Amino acid sequence: MRAFTYTRARDSAQATNAAANGKATKFIAGGTNLLDLMKLQVEAPEQLVDINRIGLDKIEDTPDGGLKIGAMVRNAVLAADLRVRTRYEALSRALLSGASAQLRNRATTGGNLLQRTRCYYFYDTTKPCNKRNPGSGCAALGGFNRIHAILGTSEHCIATNPSDMAVAMRLLDATVATVKADGSTRDIPIAALHKLPGDTPDQETILAQDELITAVTLPPPPPGRQIYRKIRDRASYAFALVSVAAIIDQSGRARMAFGGLAPKPWRVEAADQQTDGDAIADQVLQGATGHGANDFKIPLTRRAIKAVLRD
Amino acid sequence: MDQIIKVALSVNGRPQELTLDPRTTLLDALREHLDFTGVKKGCDHGQCGACTVLVNGQRINSCLSLAVMHEGDEITTIETEESAIIAALQDAFVSHDGFQCGYCTPGQICSAAGMISEAKRGMPSYITATLGDETVRLTEAEIRERMSGNICRCAAYPNIVHAIMQAAGAVP
Repeated sequence: MRAFTYTRARDSAQATNAAANGKATKFIAGGTNLLDLMKLQVEAPEQLVDINRIGLDKIEDTPDGGLKIGAMVRNAVLAADLRVRTRYEALSRALLSGASAQLRNRATTGGNLLQRTRCYYFYDTTKPCNKRNPGSGCAALGGFNRIHAILGTSEHCIATNPSDMAVAMRLLDATVATVKADGSTRDIPIAALHKLPGDTPDQETILAQDELITAVTLPPPPPGRQIYRKIRDRASYAFALVSVAAIIDQSGRARMAFGGLAPKPWRVEAADQQTDGDAIADQVLQGATGHGANDFKIPLTRRAIKAVLRD
Repeated sequence: MDQIIKVALSVNGRPQELTLDPRTTLLDALREHLDFTGVKKGCDHGQCGACTVLVNGQRINSCLSLAVMHEGDEITTIETEESAIIAALQDAFVSHDGFQCGYCTPGQICSAAGMISEAKRGMPSYITATLGDETVRLTEAEIRERMSGNICRCAAYPNIVHAIMQAAGAVP
């Protein structure tokens, strides 16, 4: 691990001010992904700002019947909240499908949204990777790419976003609240938080360096039963090959969001409100391209959609 | 010059003060600075669970946390003499032969202690059929899912599960 300066913030103003001092800075919350990457020197910040003591750890009802989730709420706490378990089952189930219990006890709502891809070549500093080292090339294209993306990719990067939580939040039309050192705040629809790789795969979100996620707000849940189905290489403690978050109303009309397919939580709004699995799959998979070892994800996604409709 | 930071925390009920390079993980602070070598370093990347300890009663991977983030925290390791559930798990692992080499065992036991507490608090798992149910029954399948963050390369899993079932039943 490279040396860094450690600062412990007591509130979000202290945290964002510290991040605006000109040094390459990372906020550290759970640290379960960041420290892993720092040990490998994939991440090498000059400064860490510890935000574990800044509060922002409450889950509150909103006046319209939704929920406001503080950025520091741990994944385990969010998954176990009875309001989430009964009204946002897809979110609770998605969180519980992710990582291990030990990691969920540390990982936070804000940190989960900002976790990095698990592309093997991103982690392996002996291999080219445009995300880690812009301009060096992509070893996953033409490499072993079983876990890689089939949608939203570019010739520079085919990495997936690994989050389960974010897929459920995309389904639920969550909004991400942030604050910057100058005190300015904004509410970002979760669909706009992550960027597609294009020719800058190193830039994964629209956030500025001193911009801190403070909360995620969920609107009231739409009517219908909620599902999170995750397909992976082992039954527990593994990332999704394909995952589907879905809300299916009484007449069988579905809306879905997908993990494991793309560089960001994937949703095709044009496919909402349909009842036929093939029709939904045709729209969701428009433009889907395999890269060899991950070709199977195209038929697997179609079958996952049909299975979810039958659940 | 590299930064040096003072940290005060408590391990197994005893206060400890450390002066650390901020890069020091909680795992290395426990093993190398405080000599709690019962805490094991396996993968050092949060994949194996051998380094699991309890922080303020919650199980975490001590390899993926910096010691300086734990100012004022209460850490419990396998060396504790104050935890009834950890003592019960130790007895149950012996009587069920819940190991071969034993390297993963301290992490398995600390993780199981955290897991049993989570179940008592009604926390669901991915395989819990009805998420709204506030009572958790620790079936074999539930234990396997909830313990999936602890790998045993000797594959003593059947005996580990039985040991945990015994200890979970034995301690109210």
